[in-house]
Amino acid sequence: MTNYIKLIVLGLITLFALIAANYARDLAYLVNALTIALVAGGLFLWTLRHTDEPTRDVDLSGEYFDGVIRAGVIATALWGVVGFLAGTFIAFQLAFPGLNFEWAQGFANFGRLRPLHTSAVIFAFGGNALIATSFYVVQRTSAARLWGGNLAWFVFWGYQLVIVLAATGYLLGATQSKEYAEPEWYVDLWLTVVWLAYLAVFLGTIVKRKEPHIYVANWFYLSFIITVAMLHVVNNLSIPVSIFGSKSVQVFSGVQDAMVQWWYGHNAVGFFLTAGFLGMMYYFVPKQAERPVYSYKLSIIHFWALIFIYIWAGPHHLHYTALPDWAATLGMVFSIILWMPSWGGMINGLMTLSGAWDKLRTDPVIRMMVISIGFYGMSTFEGPMMSIRAVNSLSHYTDWTIGHVHSGALGWNGMITFGALYFLVPKLWNRERLYSLSLVSWHFWLATIGIILYAASMWVTGIMEGLMWREVDANGFLVNSFADTVAAKLPMYVVRGLGGVMFLSGAIVMCYNLWMTVKRSPAVEATNSTVPAE
Amino acid sequence: METYSLLREFADSWMLLLLFAFFVGMVVWVFRPGSSKAYDDPAGIPFRHDDKPAAARREADAKEA
Repeated sequence: MTNYIKLIVLGLITLFALIAANYARDLAYLVNALTIALVAGGLFLWTLRHTDEPTRDVDLSGEYFDGVIRAGVIATALWGVVGFLAGTFIAFQLAFPGLNFEWAQGFANFGRLRPLHTSAVIFAFGGNALIATSFYVVQRTSAARLWGGNLAWFVFWGYQLVIVLAATGYLLGATQSKEYAEPEWYVDLWLTVVWLAYLAVFLGTIVKRKEPHIYVANWFYLSFIITVAMLHVVNNLSIPVSIFGSKSVQVFSGVQDAMVQWWYGHNAVGFFLTAGFLGMMYYFVPKQAERPVYSYKLSIIHFWALIFIYIWAGPHHLHYTALPDWAATLGMVFSIILWMPSWGGMINGLMTLSGAWDKLRTDPVIRMMVISIGFYGMSTFEGPMMSIRAVNSLSHYTDWTIGHVHSGALGWNGMITFGALYFLVPKLWNRERLYSLSLVSWHFWLATIGIILYAASMWVTGIMEGLMWREVDANGFLVNSFADTVAAKLPMYVVRGLGGVMFLSGAIVMCYNLWMTVKRSPAVEATNSTVPAE
Repeated sequence: METYSLLREFADSWMLLLLFAFFVGMVVWVFRPGSSKAYDDPAGIPFRHDDKPAAARREADAKEA
Protein backbone atom coordinates (compact mmCIF):
# COMPACT_ATOMS: atom_id res chain seq x y z
CA MET A 1 0.00 0.00 0.00
CA THR A 2 2.72 2.47 0.95
CA ASN A 3 4.29 1.76 -2.41
CA TYR A 4 1.20 3.12 -4.19
CA ILE A 5 1.40 6.35 -2.19
CA LYS A 6 5.13 6.54 -2.95
CA LEU A 7 4.43 6.06 -6.66
CA ILE A 8 1.84 8.85 -6.71
CA VAL A 9 4.14 11.24 -4.86
CA LEU A 10 7.20 10.40 -6.95
CA GLY A 11 5.17 10.64 -10.16
CA LEU A 12 3.87 14.09 -9.19
CA ILE A 13 7.35 15.29 -8.25
CA THR A 14 8.75 14.06 -11.57
CA LEU A 15 5.93 15.72 -13.48
CA PHE A 16 6.28 19.03 -11.65
CA ALA A 17 10.08 18.98 -12.00
CA LEU A 18 9.72 18.49 -15.76
CA ILE A 19 7.19 21.33 -16.00
CA ALA A 20 9.56 23.48 -13.93
CA ALA A 21 12.43 22.59 -16.25
CA ASN A 22 10.30 23.64 -19.20
CA TYR A 23 9.45 27.04 -17.71
CA ALA A 24 12.87 27.53 -16.07
CA ARG A 25 13.98 31.15 -15.99
CA ASP A 26 17.68 30.44 -15.52
CA LEU A 27 20.23 27.75 -16.28
CA ALA A 28 20.90 26.74 -12.67
CA TYR A 29 17.21 26.21 -12.04
CA LEU A 30 16.87 24.24 -15.26
CA VAL A 31 19.71 21.88 -14.36
CA ASN A 32 18.46 21.46 -10.78
CA ALA A 33 14.92 20.75 -12.00
CA LEU A 34 16.22 18.14 -14.43
CA THR A 35 18.30 16.58 -11.63
CA ILE A 36 15.22 16.33 -9.43
CA ALA A 37 13.18 14.90 -12.32
CA LEU A 38 15.89 12.32 -12.96
CA VAL A 39 16.13 11.29 -9.29
CA ALA A 40 12.37 11.19 -8.72
CA GLY A 41 11.77 9.41 -12.02
CA GLY A 42 14.45 6.84 -11.27
CA LEU A 43 12.99 6.22 -7.83
CA PHE A 44 9.55 5.91 -9.43
CA LEU A 45 10.75 3.15 -11.74
CA TRP A 46 12.63 1.43 -8.95
CA THR A 47 9.59 1.50 -6.66
CA LEU A 48 7.37 0.32 -9.50
CA ARG A 49 9.57 -2.71 -10.17
CA HIS A 50 9.49 -3.67 -6.49
CA THR A 51 5.78 -3.11 -5.95
CA ASP A 52 3.64 -6.10 -4.99
CA GLU A 53 6.68 -8.24 -4.31
CA PRO A 54 6.25 -10.27 -1.16
CA THR A 55 7.92 -8.53 1.78
CA ARG A 56 9.64 -10.48 4.49
CA ASP A 57 9.08 -9.17 7.98
CA VAL A 58 12.40 -9.74 9.69
CA ASP A 59 12.92 -8.60 13.24
CA LEU A 60 16.06 -6.51 13.06
CA SER A 61 15.85 -5.00 16.54
CA GLY A 62 18.65 -7.33 17.65
CA GLU A 63 21.14 -5.73 15.27
CA TYR A 64 22.53 -2.26 14.74
CA PHE A 65 21.64 -0.41 11.53
CA ASP A 66 25.11 -0.10 10.03
CA GLY A 67 24.44 -0.07 6.28
CA VAL A 68 23.69 3.64 6.22
CA ILE A 69 26.80 4.33 8.31
CA ARG A 70 28.97 2.43 5.81
CA ALA A 71 27.51 4.56 3.03
CA GLY A 72 28.14 7.66 5.13
CA VAL A 73 31.79 6.71 5.67
CA ILE A 74 32.30 6.26 1.92
CA ALA A 75 30.55 9.57 1.18
CA THR A 76 32.66 11.36 3.81
CA ALA A 77 35.92 10.15 2.30
CA LEU A 78 34.86 10.90 -1.30
CA TRP A 79 33.41 14.36 -0.62
CA GLY A 80 36.49 15.10 1.48
CA VAL A 81 38.76 14.50 -1.50
CA VAL A 82 36.48 16.53 -3.79
CA GLY A 83 36.39 19.45 -1.34
CA PHE A 84 40.15 19.42 -0.68
CA LEU A 85 40.82 19.24 -4.42
CA ALA A 86 38.56 22.23 -5.07
CA GLY A 87 40.26 24.13 -2.26
CA THR A 88 43.74 23.38 -3.54
CA PHE A 89 42.76 24.43 -7.04
CA ILE A 90 41.28 27.77 -5.96
CA ALA A 91 44.35 28.39 -3.78
CA PHE A 92 46.45 28.17 -6.95
CA GLN A 93 43.90 30.31 -8.81
CA LEU A 94 44.65 33.06 -6.29
CA ALA A 95 48.38 32.61 -6.73
CA PHE A 96 48.25 32.26 -10.53
CA PRO A 97 45.18 34.09 -11.93
CA GLY A 98 45.77 32.41 -15.31
CA LEU A 99 44.08 29.35 -13.84
CA ASN A 100 40.77 31.22 -14.15
CA PHE A 101 40.59 29.83 -17.68
CA GLU A 102 39.00 31.99 -20.33
CA TRP A 103 36.97 29.07 -21.75
CA ALA A 104 35.50 28.33 -18.29
CA GLN A 105 34.65 31.94 -17.45
CA GLY A 106 31.40 32.15 -15.58
CA PHE A 107 31.56 28.53 -14.45
CA ALA A 108 34.96 27.63 -13.02
CA ASN A 109 36.45 30.96 -12.00
CA PHE A 110 37.35 31.63 -8.37
CA GLY A 111 34.03 33.26 -7.50
CA ARG A 112 32.05 30.20 -8.56
CA LEU A 113 34.43 27.59 -7.16
CA ARG A 114 34.94 29.18 -3.75
CA PRO A 115 31.45 28.41 -2.36
CA LEU A 116 31.76 24.97 -3.97
CA HIS A 117 34.91 24.41 -1.90
CA THR A 118 33.52 25.74 1.40
CA SER A 119 30.23 23.87 1.09
CA ALA A 120 31.97 20.68 -0.05
CA VAL A 121 34.30 20.57 2.94
CA ILE A 122 31.91 21.88 5.61
CA PHE A 123 28.60 20.39 4.57
CA ALA A 124 29.51 17.47 2.31
CA PHE A 125 32.63 16.19 4.10
CA GLY A 126 31.83 17.46 7.60
CA GLY A 127 28.08 16.92 7.33
CA ASN A 128 28.37 13.34 6.12
CA ALA A 129 30.94 12.66 8.85
CA LEU A 130 28.54 14.06 11.45
CA ILE A 131 25.52 12.13 10.18
CA ALA A 132 27.44 8.85 9.89
CA THR A 133 29.20 9.11 13.26
CA SER A 134 26.09 10.34 15.05
CA PHE A 135 24.17 7.30 13.77
CA TYR A 136 27.00 5.06 14.93
CA VAL A 137 27.42 6.70 18.33
CA VAL A 138 23.73 7.07 19.17
CA GLN A 139 23.13 3.37 18.54
CA ARG A 140 26.10 2.16 20.58
CA THR A 141 25.51 4.52 23.49
CA SER A 142 21.74 3.95 23.55
CA ALA A 143 22.09 0.19 23.03
CA ALA A 144 19.24 0.45 20.54
CA ARG A 145 18.78 0.12 16.78
CA LEU A 146 18.16 3.36 14.85
CA TRP A 147 14.56 4.50 15.06
CA GLY A 148 12.47 4.87 11.93
CA GLY A 149 13.71 2.02 9.75
CA ASN A 150 14.57 3.27 6.27
CA LEU A 151 14.14 6.90 7.31
CA ALA A 152 17.90 6.88 7.96
CA TRP A 153 18.43 6.00 4.29
CA PHE A 154 16.15 8.89 3.34
CA VAL A 155 18.32 11.20 5.45
CA PHE A 156 21.50 9.95 3.79
CA TRP A 157 20.32 10.12 0.17
CA GLY A 158 18.31 13.29 0.75
CA TYR A 159 21.43 14.96 2.09
CA GLN A 160 23.48 13.84 -0.93
CA LEU A 161 20.79 15.38 -3.15
CA VAL A 162 21.15 18.68 -1.25
CA ILE A 163 24.88 18.58 -1.93
CA VAL A 164 24.49 17.85 -5.63
CA LEU A 165 21.81 20.52 -6.13
CA ALA A 166 23.84 23.10 -4.21
CA ALA A 167 27.09 22.29 -6.00
CA THR A 168 25.67 22.38 -9.53
CA GLY A 169 23.72 25.52 -8.60
CA TYR A 170 26.91 27.32 -7.48
CA LEU A 171 28.73 26.54 -10.71
CA LEU A 172 25.81 27.79 -12.79
CA GLY A 173 25.30 30.93 -10.73
CA ALA A 174 22.51 30.21 -8.23
CA THR A 175 23.48 31.81 -4.94
CA GLN A 176 21.79 33.96 -2.33
CA SER A 177 25.18 35.46 -1.45
CA LYS A 178 25.12 34.47 2.20
CA GLU A 179 28.38 32.93 3.30
CA TYR A 180 28.01 29.20 4.14
CA ALA A 181 24.28 29.53 3.28
CA GLU A 182 24.58 30.06 -0.46
CA PRO A 183 22.00 27.53 -1.70
CA GLU A 184 18.81 29.05 -3.07
CA TRP A 185 15.31 28.72 -1.69
CA TYR A 186 14.24 25.31 -3.05
CA VAL A 187 17.46 23.65 -1.85
CA ASP A 188 16.89 25.29 1.56
CA LEU A 189 13.37 23.88 1.71
CA TRP A 190 14.55 20.40 0.80
CA LEU A 191 17.36 20.56 3.38
CA THR A 192 14.79 21.51 6.02
CA VAL A 193 12.78 18.37 5.23
CA VAL A 194 15.88 16.17 5.33
CA TRP A 195 17.12 17.78 8.53
CA LEU A 196 13.83 17.27 10.36
CA ALA A 197 13.94 13.60 9.32
CA TYR A 198 17.48 13.46 10.71
CA LEU A 199 16.27 14.96 13.98
CA ALA A 200 13.44 12.42 14.11
CA VAL A 201 15.80 9.46 13.58
CA PHE A 202 18.28 10.70 16.17
CA LEU A 203 15.72 11.70 18.78
CA GLY A 204 13.65 8.56 18.17
CA THR A 205 16.71 6.42 18.88
CA ILE A 206 17.42 8.32 22.09
CA VAL A 207 13.80 7.95 23.20
CA LYS A 208 13.89 4.16 22.81
CA ARG A 209 17.34 3.81 24.39
CA LYS A 210 18.10 0.93 26.75
CA GLU A 211 20.77 2.81 28.68
CA PRO A 212 19.07 4.90 31.37
CA HIS A 213 21.55 7.79 30.94
CA ILE A 214 21.98 9.81 27.73
CA TYR A 215 25.72 9.74 27.04
CA VAL A 216 27.35 13.17 26.75
CA ALA A 217 28.28 12.70 23.07
CA ASN A 218 24.57 12.48 22.27
CA TRP A 219 23.92 15.78 24.04
CA PHE A 220 26.43 17.45 21.76
CA TYR A 221 25.03 15.79 18.63
CA LEU A 222 21.47 16.68 19.60
CA SER A 223 22.29 20.33 20.28
CA PHE A 224 24.03 20.45 16.90
CA ILE A 225 21.01 19.03 15.06
CA ILE A 226 18.44 21.27 16.79
CA THR A 227 20.47 24.47 16.59
CA VAL A 228 21.39 23.97 12.94
CA ALA A 229 17.68 23.49 12.15
CA MET A 230 16.86 26.78 13.88
CA LEU A 231 19.76 28.70 12.30
CA HIS A 232 19.04 27.33 8.85
CA VAL A 233 15.36 28.26 8.89
CA VAL A 234 15.82 31.80 10.23
CA ASN A 235 18.77 32.71 8.05
CA ASN A 236 17.11 31.43 4.88
CA LEU A 237 13.80 33.27 5.22
CA SER A 238 13.37 34.49 1.68
CA ILE A 239 10.73 34.96 -0.97
CA PRO A 240 11.31 33.46 -4.41
CA VAL A 241 10.92 35.89 -7.29
CA SER A 242 9.29 33.14 -9.30
CA ILE A 243 8.50 29.53 -8.53
CA PHE A 244 10.23 28.72 -11.82
CA GLY A 245 13.47 30.55 -11.06
CA SER A 246 16.31 30.22 -8.59
CA LYS A 247 16.43 33.88 -7.53
CA SER A 248 14.96 34.83 -4.16
CA VAL A 249 14.85 37.98 -2.04
CA GLN A 250 15.77 37.98 1.64
CA VAL A 251 13.09 38.92 4.15
CA PHE A 252 15.55 40.81 6.36
CA SER A 253 17.49 43.70 4.95
CA GLY A 254 20.39 45.94 5.90
CA VAL A 255 22.03 45.53 9.28
CA GLN A 256 19.36 43.08 10.47
CA ASP A 257 20.22 40.83 7.55
CA ALA A 258 23.92 41.13 8.36
CA MET A 259 23.31 40.28 12.00
CA VAL A 260 21.10 37.28 11.17
CA GLN A 261 23.69 36.10 8.65
CA TRP A 262 26.53 36.16 11.20
CA TRP A 263 24.38 34.81 13.96
CA TYR A 264 23.95 31.91 11.53
CA GLY A 265 27.52 31.99 10.24
CA HIS A 266 29.25 31.89 13.57
CA ASN A 267 26.92 29.28 14.98
CA ALA A 268 27.52 27.16 11.90
CA VAL A 269 31.06 27.14 13.27
CA GLY A 270 29.89 26.80 16.87
CA PHE A 271 27.33 24.07 16.47
CA PHE A 272 28.09 22.35 13.18
CA LEU A 273 31.89 22.39 13.36
CA THR A 274 32.29 22.46 17.14
CA ALA A 275 29.40 20.89 19.07
CA GLY A 276 28.84 18.12 16.53
CA PHE A 277 32.51 17.29 16.29
CA LEU A 278 32.85 17.40 20.09
CA GLY A 279 30.24 14.63 20.06
CA MET A 280 32.72 12.68 17.95
CA MET A 281 35.54 13.52 20.35
CA TYR A 282 33.60 12.34 23.41
CA TYR A 283 32.99 8.95 21.84
CA PHE A 284 35.95 8.12 19.61
CA VAL A 285 38.78 9.40 21.82
CA PRO A 286 37.71 7.26 24.81
CA LYS A 287 37.16 4.30 22.48
CA GLN A 288 40.54 4.58 20.81
CA ALA A 289 42.33 5.25 24.12
CA GLU A 290 40.34 2.43 25.72
CA ARG A 291 39.57 4.45 28.81
CA PRO A 292 36.59 6.57 29.85
CA VAL A 293 36.56 10.31 29.42
CA TYR A 294 38.83 12.12 31.92
CA SER A 295 36.05 13.87 33.82
CA TYR A 296 32.39 13.24 33.16
CA LYS A 297 31.47 16.23 35.36
CA LEU A 298 33.63 18.50 33.26
CA SER A 299 31.99 17.16 30.11
CA ILE A 300 28.55 18.22 31.40
CA ILE A 301 29.77 21.70 32.33
CA HIS A 302 31.58 21.85 28.98
CA PHE A 303 28.33 21.12 27.16
CA TRP A 304 26.11 23.68 28.90
CA ALA A 305 28.76 26.40 28.98
CA LEU A 306 29.53 25.92 25.29
CA ILE A 307 25.95 26.06 24.05
CA PHE A 308 25.00 28.90 26.39
CA ILE A 309 27.84 31.11 25.24
CA TYR A 310 28.46 30.23 21.59
CA ILE A 311 25.06 31.46 20.41
CA TRP A 312 26.02 35.08 21.36
CA ALA A 313 29.39 35.29 19.64
CA GLY A 314 28.20 36.15 16.11
CA PRO A 315 28.39 39.97 16.23
CA HIS A 316 32.20 39.86 16.39
CA HIS A 317 32.05 39.39 12.60
CA LEU A 318 30.58 42.89 12.32
CA HIS A 319 33.04 45.18 14.13
CA TYR A 320 33.21 48.68 12.64
CA THR A 321 29.98 48.24 10.68
CA ALA A 322 26.47 49.69 10.95
CA LEU A 323 25.81 47.24 13.79
CA PRO A 324 25.44 49.16 17.07
CA ASP A 325 28.59 49.18 19.19
CA TRP A 326 26.90 47.53 22.16
CA ALA A 327 25.96 44.52 20.02
CA ALA A 328 29.49 44.16 18.66
CA THR A 329 30.88 44.50 22.18
CA LEU A 330 28.47 41.84 23.42
CA GLY A 331 29.68 39.48 20.72
CA MET A 332 33.29 40.23 21.56
CA VAL A 333 32.81 39.65 25.30
CA PHE A 334 31.04 36.36 24.76
CA SER A 335 33.74 35.26 22.31
CA ILE A 336 36.35 35.86 24.98
CA ILE A 337 34.35 34.04 27.65
CA LEU A 338 34.23 31.11 25.22
CA TRP A 339 37.89 30.49 25.95
CA MET A 340 36.92 28.76 29.16
CA PRO A 341 34.51 26.07 27.94
CA SER A 342 36.63 25.51 24.83
CA TRP A 343 39.77 24.89 26.81
CA GLY A 344 37.86 22.93 29.42
CA GLY A 345 36.77 20.61 26.64
CA MET A 346 40.26 20.44 25.19
CA ILE A 347 41.69 19.49 28.59
CA ASN A 348 38.99 16.89 29.02
CA GLY A 349 39.83 15.34 25.65
CA LEU A 350 43.58 15.40 26.12
CA MET A 351 43.54 14.17 29.71
CA THR A 352 41.45 11.18 28.63
CA LEU A 353 44.84 9.86 27.57
CA SER A 354 46.38 10.25 31.02
CA GLY A 355 47.90 6.91 31.89
CA ALA A 356 47.84 5.92 28.22
CA TRP A 357 50.22 8.47 26.74
CA ASP A 358 52.45 5.65 25.52
CA LYS A 359 49.76 4.93 22.89
CA LEU A 360 50.90 8.10 21.13
CA ARG A 361 54.09 6.26 20.19
CA THR A 362 52.43 3.14 18.89
CA ASP A 363 49.02 4.19 17.60
CA PRO A 364 48.96 6.76 14.78
CA VAL A 365 45.15 6.94 14.96
CA ILE A 366 45.21 8.27 18.52
CA ARG A 367 48.00 10.62 17.45
CA MET A 368 45.61 11.99 14.86
CA MET A 369 42.90 12.52 17.45
CA VAL A 370 45.30 14.19 19.87
CA ILE A 371 46.61 16.62 17.29
CA SER A 372 43.04 17.44 16.33
CA ILE A 373 42.29 18.36 19.95
CA GLY A 374 45.52 20.36 19.96
CA PHE A 375 44.36 22.31 16.91
CA TYR A 376 40.96 22.76 18.57
CA GLY A 377 42.71 24.39 21.52
CA MET A 378 44.86 26.52 19.25
CA SER A 379 42.06 27.84 17.06
CA THR A 380 39.76 28.44 20.04
CA PHE A 381 42.55 30.58 21.45
CA GLU A 382 43.14 32.40 18.20
CA GLY A 383 39.43 33.04 17.54
CA PRO A 384 38.61 34.95 20.73
CA MET A 385 41.81 36.94 20.31
CA MET A 386 40.80 37.96 16.79
CA SER A 387 37.32 38.90 18.01
CA ILE A 388 38.77 41.69 20.19
CA ARG A 389 37.92 44.93 18.40
CA ALA A 390 41.49 46.27 18.31
CA VAL A 391 42.93 43.01 16.97
CA ASN A 392 40.05 42.71 14.54
CA SER A 393 40.84 46.11 13.07
CA LEU A 394 44.09 44.58 11.89
CA SER A 395 42.94 41.05 11.07
CA HIS A 396 39.53 41.60 9.48
CA TYR A 397 39.32 41.23 5.68
CA THR A 398 42.87 39.83 5.63
CA ASP A 399 44.11 36.30 5.03
CA TRP A 400 44.66 35.87 8.76
CA THR A 401 40.95 35.04 8.99
CA ILE A 402 41.30 32.40 6.30
CA GLY A 403 44.30 30.94 8.12
CA HIS A 404 42.32 30.81 11.36
CA VAL A 405 39.38 29.07 9.71
CA HIS A 406 41.67 26.48 8.17
CA SER A 407 43.61 25.69 11.32
CA GLY A 408 40.23 24.93 12.84
CA ALA A 409 38.69 23.16 9.86
CA LEU A 410 41.71 21.18 8.64
CA GLY A 411 43.29 20.68 12.05
CA TRP A 412 40.33 20.08 14.32
CA ASN A 413 37.47 18.93 12.06
CA GLY A 414 39.61 17.19 9.46
CA MET A 415 41.88 15.32 11.85
CA ILE A 416 39.13 14.15 14.25
CA THR A 417 37.14 12.95 11.23
CA PHE A 418 40.14 11.05 9.85
CA GLY A 419 40.62 9.49 13.29
CA ALA A 420 36.95 8.48 13.41
CA LEU A 421 37.12 7.02 9.87
CA TYR A 422 40.19 4.94 10.79
CA PHE A 423 38.30 3.71 13.83
CA LEU A 424 35.05 3.01 12.00
CA VAL A 425 36.13 1.23 8.82
CA PRO A 426 37.54 -1.92 10.47
CA LYS A 427 34.51 -2.08 12.80
CA LEU A 428 31.90 -1.53 10.10
CA TRP A 429 33.38 -3.93 7.57
CA ASN A 430 34.19 -6.46 10.28
CA ARG A 431 37.94 -6.33 9.79
CA GLU A 432 40.53 -7.22 12.39
CA ARG A 433 42.64 -4.12 11.82
CA LEU A 434 43.58 -1.39 9.36
CA TYR A 435 45.47 -2.40 6.21
CA SER A 436 48.55 -0.35 7.06
CA LEU A 437 49.49 1.70 10.11
CA SER A 438 52.50 3.20 8.37
CA LEU A 439 50.16 4.68 5.76
CA VAL A 440 48.22 6.25 8.64
CA SER A 441 51.51 7.77 9.80
CA TRP A 442 52.13 9.07 6.29
CA HIS A 443 48.68 10.62 6.29
CA PHE A 444 49.30 12.12 9.71
CA TRP A 445 52.54 13.84 8.72
CA LEU A 446 51.36 14.95 5.28
CA ALA A 447 48.26 16.52 6.82
CA THR A 448 50.06 18.08 9.79
CA ILE A 449 52.84 19.65 7.73
CA GLY A 450 50.25 20.76 5.18
CA ILE A 451 48.25 22.57 7.87
CA ILE A 452 51.35 24.19 9.32
CA LEU A 453 52.39 25.49 5.88
CA TYR A 454 48.85 26.76 5.38
CA ALA A 455 48.41 28.47 8.75
CA ALA A 456 51.91 29.94 8.90
CA SER A 457 51.76 31.44 5.41
CA MET A 458 48.35 32.94 6.13
CA TRP A 459 49.58 34.52 9.36
CA VAL A 460 52.43 36.14 7.53
CA THR A 461 50.42 37.33 4.55
CA GLY A 462 47.44 38.37 6.68
CA ILE A 463 49.36 40.53 9.11
CA MET A 464 51.50 41.91 6.31
CA GLU A 465 48.48 42.90 4.27
CA GLY A 466 46.72 44.38 7.31
CA LEU A 467 49.76 46.52 8.10
CA MET A 468 50.17 47.56 4.46
CA TRP A 469 46.53 48.65 4.23
CA ARG A 470 46.78 50.96 7.22
CA GLU A 471 50.23 52.41 6.44
CA VAL A 472 50.12 56.20 5.89
CA ASP A 473 52.89 58.63 5.02
CA ALA A 474 53.80 61.85 6.83
CA ASN A 475 51.00 63.72 5.06
CA GLY A 476 48.36 61.13 5.99
CA PHE A 477 48.11 59.55 2.52
CA LEU A 478 47.90 55.79 2.14
CA VAL A 479 51.27 54.37 1.10
CA ASN A 480 50.14 51.17 -0.63
CA SER A 481 47.58 50.54 -3.31
CA PHE A 482 45.52 47.36 -3.08
CA ALA A 483 47.45 45.88 -5.98
CA ASP A 484 50.71 46.36 -4.03
CA THR A 485 49.44 44.07 -1.29
CA VAL A 486 48.33 41.48 -3.84
CA ALA A 487 51.77 41.44 -5.45
CA ALA A 488 53.49 41.13 -2.05
CA LYS A 489 51.40 38.09 -1.17
CA LEU A 490 52.44 35.84 -4.07
CA PRO A 491 55.11 33.76 -2.27
CA MET A 492 52.80 33.04 0.67
CA TYR A 493 50.01 32.07 -1.69
CA VAL A 494 52.26 29.52 -3.34
CA VAL A 495 53.23 28.08 0.06
CA ARG A 496 49.55 27.90 1.01
CA GLY A 497 48.79 26.01 -2.19
CA LEU A 498 51.60 23.54 -1.44
CA GLY A 499 50.16 23.01 2.04
CA GLY A 500 46.86 22.18 0.36
CA VAL A 501 48.56 19.71 -1.96
CA MET A 502 50.05 17.92 1.06
CA PHE A 503 46.75 17.82 2.91
CA LEU A 504 45.01 16.50 -0.22
CA SER A 505 47.64 13.80 -0.78
CA GLY A 506 47.22 12.71 2.83
CA ALA A 507 43.48 12.29 2.26
CA ILE A 508 44.12 10.24 -0.90
CA VAL A 509 46.53 8.02 1.05
CA MET A 510 43.74 7.54 3.59
CA CYS A 511 41.21 6.56 0.92
CA TYR A 512 43.66 3.96 -0.45
CA ASN A 513 44.33 2.63 3.04
CA LEU A 514 40.63 2.36 3.90
CA TRP A 515 39.87 0.72 0.55
CA MET A 516 42.61 -1.86 1.11
CA THR A 517 41.37 -2.40 4.67
CA VAL A 518 38.02 -3.49 3.31
CA LYS A 519 39.56 -5.52 0.46
CA ARG A 520 42.60 -7.12 2.06
CA SER A 521 42.55 -7.03 5.85
CA PRO A 522 41.63 -10.31 7.53
CA ALA A 523 38.05 -10.51 8.73
CA VAL A 524 37.30 -10.78 12.41
CA GLU A 525 36.84 -14.44 13.19
CA ALA A 526 33.33 -15.26 14.26
CA THR A 527 34.15 -17.08 17.49
CA ASN A 528 31.28 -15.83 19.60
CA SER A 529 27.71 -14.77 19.33
CA THR A 530 28.41 -11.06 19.71
CA VAL A 531 29.25 -10.67 16.03
CA PRO A 532 26.25 -9.24 14.20
CA ALA A 533 24.48 -11.75 12.03
CA GLU A 534 24.54 -9.58 8.92
CA MET B 1 5.11 49.57 24.30
CA GLU B 2 6.57 48.59 20.93
CA THR B 3 7.51 44.95 20.42
CA TYR B 4 11.25 45.58 20.32
CA SER B 5 11.34 47.44 23.64
CA LEU B 6 9.10 44.86 25.26
CA LEU B 7 11.24 41.93 24.14
CA ARG B 8 14.41 43.80 24.95
CA GLU B 9 13.23 44.52 28.49
CA PHE B 10 12.18 40.93 29.01
CA ALA B 11 15.44 39.61 27.58
CA ASP B 12 17.72 41.61 29.86
CA SER B 13 15.69 41.04 33.01
CA TRP B 14 13.69 37.86 33.58
CA MET B 15 15.17 35.77 30.77
CA LEU B 16 18.69 36.70 31.77
CA LEU B 17 17.93 35.78 35.36
CA LEU B 18 16.35 32.51 34.31
CA LEU B 19 19.24 31.43 32.10
CA PHE B 20 21.80 32.47 34.69
CA ALA B 21 19.96 30.58 37.45
CA PHE B 22 19.71 27.51 35.21
CA PHE B 23 23.44 27.63 34.53
CA VAL B 24 24.44 28.06 38.17
CA GLY B 25 21.96 25.37 39.16
CA MET B 26 23.52 23.02 36.61
CA VAL B 27 27.02 23.56 38.02
CA VAL B 28 25.78 23.03 41.58
CA TRP B 29 23.93 19.89 40.49
CA VAL B 30 27.00 18.45 38.79
CA PHE B 31 29.04 18.85 41.98
CA ARG B 32 26.32 17.50 44.30
CA PRO B 33 27.59 15.07 46.96
CA GLY B 34 28.08 11.58 45.60
CA SER B 35 28.14 12.72 41.98
CA SER B 36 31.59 11.32 41.27
CA LYS B 37 30.34 7.84 42.00
CA ALA B 38 27.12 8.44 40.10
CA TYR B 39 28.97 9.53 36.94
CA ASP B 40 31.25 6.49 36.87
CA ASP B 41 28.51 4.46 35.27
CA PRO B 42 27.59 6.87 32.39
CA ALA B 43 31.28 7.38 31.64
CA GLY B 44 31.50 3.68 30.83
CA ILE B 45 28.62 3.69 28.33
CA PRO B 46 30.84 3.61 25.20
CA PHE B 47 32.37 0.35 26.38
CA ARG B 48 29.12 -1.61 26.52
CA HIS B 49 26.89 -2.86 23.69
CA ASP B 50 29.55 -2.50 21.00
CA ASP B 51 28.18 -5.15 18.67
CA LYS B 52 24.45 -5.34 19.19
CA PRO B 53 21.64 -3.58 21.03
CA ALA B 54 20.72 -4.53 24.57
CA ALA B 55 18.23 -7.38 24.54
CA ALA B 56 15.46 -5.82 26.60
CA ARG B 57 14.98 -2.96 28.97
CA ARG B 58 14.43 -5.30 31.91
CA GLU B 59 17.85 -6.86 31.45
CA ALA B 60 19.58 -3.48 31.43
CA ASP B 61 17.67 -2.43 34.53
CA ALA B 62 18.59 -5.66 36.25
CA LYS B 63 22.25 -4.94 35.54
CA GLU B 64 21.80 -1.52 37.10
CA ALA B 65 20.34 -2.91 40.30
